[in-house]
Amino acid sequence: MHKESRIRDPLIDGNKTFHDITVEVAYPVEGKANKYWWTLFGLSVILMLWGFGCIAYTIGTGIGVWGLNKTINWAWDITNFVWWIGIGHAGTLISAVLLLFRQKWRMAINRSAEAMTIFGVIQAGLFPLIHMGRPWLAYWVFPIPNQYGSLWVNFNSPLLWDVFAISTYLTVSTVFWYIGLIPDFAMIRDRVNEKINPLKKKLYSLLSFGWSGRAKHWQRFEEVSLVLAGLATPLVFSVHSIVSMDFATSVIPGWHTTIFPPYFVLGALFSGFAMVETLLIIVRKVVNMEAYITIKHIEYMNVIILFTGSMVGIAYITELFMAWYSGVEFEQYAFLNRATGPYWWAYASMMTCNVVIPQLYWIYKIRTNIIATFVLSIFVNIGMWFERFVIIVTSLHRDFLPSSWTMFSPTFVDIGIFLGTIGFFFVLFLMYARTFPVVAQAEMKTILKSSGSEFKKIDNEQ
Amino acid sequence: MNNNIVYALYDDDDILLTSVKKMKEKNLNVKEVYTPFPVHGLDKVLELKETRMAITAFIYGCIGLTFGSVLIYYIMISGEYKSWPMNIGGKPNFTFFKNLPSFVPVLFELTVMFAGHLMSLTYFYRCKLFPGSQETSPDPRTTDDKFLVEIEHENFKEVEKFLKTTGAIEIKKKDDK
Repeated sequence: MHKESRIRDPLIDGNKTFHDITVEVAYPVEGKANKYWWTLFGLSVILMLWGFGCIAYTIGTGIGVWGLNKTINWAWDITNFVWWIGIGHAGTLISAVLLLFRQKWRMAINRSAEAMTIFGVIQAGLFPLIHMGRPWLAYWVFPIPNQYGSLWVNFNSPLLWDVFAISTYLTVSTVFWYIGLIPDFAMIRDRVNEKINPLKKKLYSLLSFGWSGRAKHWQRFEEVSLVLAGLATPLVFSVHSIVSMDFATSVIPGWHTTIFPPYFVLGALFSGFAMVETLLIIVRKVVNMEAYITIKHIEYMNVIILFTGSMVGIAYITELFMAWYSGVEFEQYAFLNRATGPYWWAYASMMTCNVVIPQLYWIYKIRTNIIATFVLSIFVNIGMWFERFVIIVTSLHRDFLPSSWTMFSPTFVDIGIFLGTIGFFFVLFLMYARTFPVVAQAEMKTILKSSGSEFKKIDNEQ
Repeated sequence: MNNNIVYALYDDDDILLTSVKKMKEKNLNVKEVYTPFPVHGLDKVLELKETRMAITAFIYGCIGLTFGSVLIYYIMISGEYKSWPMNIGGKPNFTFFKNLPSFVPVLFELTVMFAGHLMSLTYFYRCKLFPGSQETSPDPRTTDDKFLVEIEHENFKEVEKFLKTTGAIEIKKKDDK
């Protein structure tokens, strides 16, 4: 009944029982935070507050406090926006696409990856909001009946597509995540002693929606998860395609290319998986999840990073080729300038971090080494930030009128807001790691007998 | 009615599945099964009807698509714009059909948004899941590692004897708590 090919590596290490999974997943929620957690949390809160201060300064004074100028009217804000949205792509890929492909290794990491998605999209959403200058009028982006005659949003605009894509993505991902969380919250609820900790009991009772685990509920649960995965799969691909159309539908050389949607989607998965690795390599250590998030999981993710990194490399080269092949001199200059102009260092960092360094994953020893993976995932995160910076700033800084050619330099506000979002992201993620079940324990229990190392051993002996 | 309910507790999903099969063969009235995770094949053994959640998602998706089309048609084609048609970036808004390619992204997102959210709400409604619901299973261990079968019986002694042969680790009457 629970047979699995013996050549497949176990996904749960050690001699675990169902009860062990419960205890170990509940452990970080029930235990006390250690000093590493508090240090990291304190640092993140400081960064976050610094970022909020910079945001308040921006809103109070105006967008002029950023490093933007008349030529480069989009820079760090949109770079950070696309970077965060990209990071937010791996979560739904893991939980939706890998569910459709019945990949069992997704179960150990989907909860945290999806948390990362939601927190990443929240950071991304901040940037267009504050770039509006008057964020209290942000509701104008929605098609709401109003008193101003024919003042409606424009459904031909990719910026409006973004509004719909990102709000759908954020809300549907959150619901998908939450439906999976309900049985796990119920597990924590049933472990809390009401007499010792009445508030905690009440909180987890509220969060678990009165889940009892009836057979009919599980049947619906599975179908709802499957359908949500089916809906979320095209959603993942649509969101970053639409983000890329913000650029691709314009007429700026360097942006106006049809390769953008697939190229952006792959880049997003690439950066998303890198961020999942950065976070999970820390999380598995801090909350003792090494038996569930194994080297095998890390290797699988590294294979995806290798694949998507290579595809992104092909996209970079295709862009260069098409610029030359198009015969359009503006297009040719945009790419020549991108690679060899004053921003050559950004282009070189992008190429090194995204295309060259991930090729190291061809080596088995490197893709199964935790420290190497951690270092490489940081390189990918940096490389993908540079990719967006290169696309955005190098395409704008030398425009059609050579007298307005200029360079971009960020102000402390630009940098402060970016660091602030990193702080905010880690604040949310660290709070999540202490209060939520970080591994989808109900799902893990379904694969224990087929993929647990002890069960596989017994199976092989027979 | 309450005093002829019996709870049988199991600690393994495979044993649970074969036991429920045996109970069904013996024509016992299995009222409910509580499990810590989805046990595959249990719904077939319990003869549960197939769930219609996917069908609702399809219907909600169609509603979303229709809502989106009507919204965009009113805003961009037929509403106040009619007296002031605009040509935005070479995309004139005279007819819905000619403009359709640039409406596709929003129509798609609205379809997914309606299907996803309304199906989830239907799921919560049908399973009576809501914040503040106090319902739990008869034994808190069923969210950990135990499987509980709720059976209606006529003769407790007889049922108890039978359940013991199926591998139940604990058998008790409902009022035994």
